[in-house]
Amino acid sequence: MLGNARIKRIDWLIVGIYLFLVLAGWLNIYAASSPAEPGSPFDWSAVYGKQLVFIGISLVMIWLLFLLETRWIERFSSIAYILSLVLLAGLFVAGKTISGATSWYGLGFFNFQPSELAKITAALALGKYLSDVQIDMKRSLTQWSVILIILLPALLVIPQPDPGSALIYFTLIFVLFREGFPLTFLWVGMYGILLFIATLKWGALWASSGVLLLGTLLFYQAKKRFKWRMPMALLILVLSVAGSFSVNYIYEEVFEQRHRDRFSLWLDLEKDPDVLKKINKTIGYNAYQSEKTIESGGFWGKGFLEGSRTKGNFVPEQHTDYIFSTIGEEWGFVGSFSVILAFSVLLIRLWQRAEAQTNKFNRIYGYGVISILGFHYIINIGMVLGLLPTIGIPLPLISYGGSGMLFFTLLLFLFVKLDSNRLSEWD
Amino acid sequence: MRKHLILLFVLLALLVFTARLVQLQLLRDEVNLGDDPSIRAQRLYPGRGHMFDRHGNLLVANQPAYDLMFIPQNIKNLDTLMLLELAEIDKQTLIDRIEKGWVYSPRLPSVLVSKMSKESYAKLQEKLWQFEGFFIQKVNLREYKTDAGAHVLGYISEVNDYEVSTNPQYISGEIIGRTGIERQYEEILRGQRGVRYLQKDRFNRDLGSYKQGAYDTIPVAGADLTLTLDKELQEYGERLMRGKRGGIVAIEPKTGEILSIISGPTYTPNLLVGRDRSKNYNELYYDSIAKPTWDRSLLAQPSPGSPFKILNALAALQEGVITPENYVVCQNGFFVGKHKRGCHCGGGVRDLRLGVAKSCNAYFADTYRKIFSKYRKPGDGIDAWEKHIKSFGLGEFLGYDLPSGQPGRVPNRAYYDNVYGKDRWAPSFIISNAIGQGEVAATPIQLANMTAAIANKGYYFTPHVVKAIHGVPVKDPQFTQRKNTTIDAKHFGPVIQAMADVYSPEGTARGILVPGISIAGKTGTVENFTRINGVRTQLTDHSVFIAFAPVEDPKIALAVYIEHGYYGARYAGHIASLMIEKYLKDSITRTDLETRMLTKTLDREYAKPISGAPFRINEYAW
Repeated sequence: MLGNARIKRIDWLIVGIYLFLVLAGWLNIYAASSPAEPGSPFDWSAVYGKQLVFIGISLVMIWLLFLLETRWIERFSSIAYILSLVLLAGLFVAGKTISGATSWYGLGFFNFQPSELAKITAALALGKYLSDVQIDMKRSLTQWSVILIILLPALLVIPQPDPGSALIYFTLIFVLFREGFPLTFLWVGMYGILLFIATLKWGALWASSGVLLLGTLLFYQAKKRFKWRMPMALLILVLSVAGSFSVNYIYEEVFEQRHRDRFSLWLDLEKDPDVLKKINKTIGYNAYQSEKTIESGGFWGKGFLEGSRTKGNFVPEQHTDYIFSTIGEEWGFVGSFSVILAFSVLLIRLWQRAEAQTNKFNRIYGYGVISILGFHYIINIGMVLGLLPTIGIPLPLISYGGSGMLFFTLLLFLFVKLDSNRLSEWD
Repeated sequence: MRKHLILLFVLLALLVFTARLVQLQLLRDEVNLGDDPSIRAQRLYPGRGHMFDRHGNLLVANQPAYDLMFIPQNIKNLDTLMLLELAEIDKQTLIDRIEKGWVYSPRLPSVLVSKMSKESYAKLQEKLWQFEGFFIQKVNLREYKTDAGAHVLGYISEVNDYEVSTNPQYISGEIIGRTGIERQYEEILRGQRGVRYLQKDRFNRDLGSYKQGAYDTIPVAGADLTLTLDKELQEYGERLMRGKRGGIVAIEPKTGEILSIISGPTYTPNLLVGRDRSKNYNELYYDSIAKPTWDRSLLAQPSPGSPFKILNALAALQEGVITPENYVVCQNGFFVGKHKRGCHCGGGVRDLRLGVAKSCNAYFADTYRKIFSKYRKPGDGIDAWEKHIKSFGLGEFLGYDLPSGQPGRVPNRAYYDNVYGKDRWAPSFIISNAIGQGEVAATPIQLANMTAAIANKGYYFTPHVVKAIHGVPVKDPQFTQRKNTTIDAKHFGPVIQAMADVYSPEGTARGILVPGISIAGKTGTVENFTRINGVRTQLTDHSVFIAFAPVEDPKIALAVYIEHGYYGARYAGHIASLMIEKYLKDSITRTDLETRMLTKTLDREYAKPISGAPFRINEYAW
């Protein structure tokens, strides 16, 4: 059992925020999914009842986790990683299809999504691989290896199809940057995204002209620094212009219509009134309603179970991906800001704890937790607030979903466990 | 740098998200409940105020009617045959309306049959449970406890698009008073609407009360009106007007209260209630010959005819240009320059008394001239005359509490300067005014008010139809302050005596004396013209009569105007005497006369100008 000293070493701030978010989540799932007259919270057939069960299982899981010896975690990382790859591959044989994606194993009482487990094991595997003393990030073999660790599960997830989850794996790259992975990738990646958006919004000609102008300016501003890299700079410029002109091809040929719809809504691209009408009725409707619902909350909100738009079911999927709009309506600015602040504090605290680790494995896993949790949080809130295109990713610990609840709890508390044992793996 | 990269992202996200939340939730425009699509403001309507007559008899009340509604989506296992029978509609109508309902919304109620009667509802209600998807919605209609007063009481109908766009108080589908008292006292009768806020879902379905009714308001019932009308007199007057066109206005001189105000032809107010409303309305509205929706008592502006002579006599007395004893010799007419104008009085010596009693045109032509001869210029004369005439409420809107009206016409200096050129006219040009023909025009209510002013010997109260609102007497100074005429009280004595002598054996109303009641009256026979195929054609005279009674203590003053009724005593005089007898005695002794007035119609007279055939006017034959 847990000794007094170990309890003291648990980071109670993280645990506190975890409990706050879970509680906030459950209350808002209850508000979003109950009919006009709220029912008993212990109605197990209703979504809020089910969520309550999974919260209970999560708490039991945390307790079990603390019974485990810490060193097992690191030791079994590689095996867990390979096991999850097998499970992902197994989906092609025995997967269960829910709303178009073959991402689940049907276990009767609940559907198990291996891609979520794989996020954790990928983070663990990264930690395991990079904590080896002989690892040198400067070597390209190492670089390719870590990219492969991330890429393998992603490649298995994409054809399910579940591009949202696949995106999450790529965020693990932030872990690598901390460990000495060349930042060039970050710059090139961000640069590519910007170029892509700029081309969609303003067209290839303007975007590439802008790039050329910016490149020239930078080049003359920092002549000395870039002098020896002159050919490199030229190459980037040429690639940018070419990339810019190829964006349209990718957008039209590689993307499917539903992807294009999201971008055209976000960047206000569509000019054809008929198509625009259709977009506004489908994903545009969600985005519009979620914005208006949050707006109607005002400063103090309408009060718990008093959200008229929530009650009227104006926002589809409100208990899952759009749960934040319920918070916005019923708890107002006060509530929504508290949730955003709670996530920020949690992520900063995790970062502090990760940096405080003497054990490289712990730190790398901590960074993995931050990346996965942070990415979910930013994409989801950004989508609900209408700042980012619509991507179906849940808000961690708050959105409805038993599998997600277990996964995020496990993700977080593996680190809490590692952190509490940082002085001695044998405690 | 590498260490803080993630921190940077987290803080950036916090900043951007907070800014967005501030923008959405704090910098928003003030939201009101009605703008939220998830909340429906349902208006609650109080009962419209009732109307009672001056004796407390109920005239206008409310009755429930029943709309049979349906929600297309919810209709299941419909027994069409039984529904057709119970709802009293045919199969095609049923199919059309249900299809229309589907088009409007599958989830929201539509009307299948509107305004079912109590009887139909009773039959349907028993079996309604068998019809899934149908329900009954109660609506309030007007119920009239009288078949009279359609014009004065007015009717209600749904607001039109223009009213909705100009008057923010109303939303589409609401009821507004359209004419008469319903319109004039709309705000009082309507009461105050309440609002109930309902929670809705995204399909617009009601989920129940919003916040347990915390923002709801309760409707306040409309106030009841006690009218000045006498129900029995009003109904009696309308019976007398059957088959005749024209107007009767009876006023209590002491207060200006309108006892009855009748326009013929009229219609039963119940015609504009319920399911056949629009059919009936169209029939009335498009009757362009009889014009039953045109309120002649307020809107018709014929020349007043001989009753106007009374005012000329009073004006001349006040100006001091005649005395009651001055006389004129009537030579069966009078001369205007070389032209002789006729007179029907029989000729002879005419003083004020006989001039009025026999309605001598020569006497009043002379009297009218004398007003002008007092002044150097005819314009100054007409200024003095106009002032006196207008003080009786003629030539301008009277200011009564009904929404429609006409000013009539009292021609003045500017009028004739405009016609003939400045000062290029003489009294002889306008001598027709002396006998109430020519340019003078007045509505029946103005004539009645003028009569009341004579009965009061020099003052009147603006006529009005509402006596009390919610039991509290109307205190509006417009109706309670007396309006003085410019004629001194002393001049009324001889004139009233002369009017009483209209009923004397020498007078024009000698045949229609009411035994036991002293009446002062004046007949009028108004020449009138129309155009038939562009040719100015004279039609049978209008029959006009003004009277008040009893002479010593006037309790009723009235004016009767019957289109093409021929001479004054013929129709108008009889009707006036019956009205007076009915009001003062409550029973009619001259039943043969009564029967004749109730049954006689002027349809033959009215058919003449539109028959296309040549016709004679002013025929004595009944």
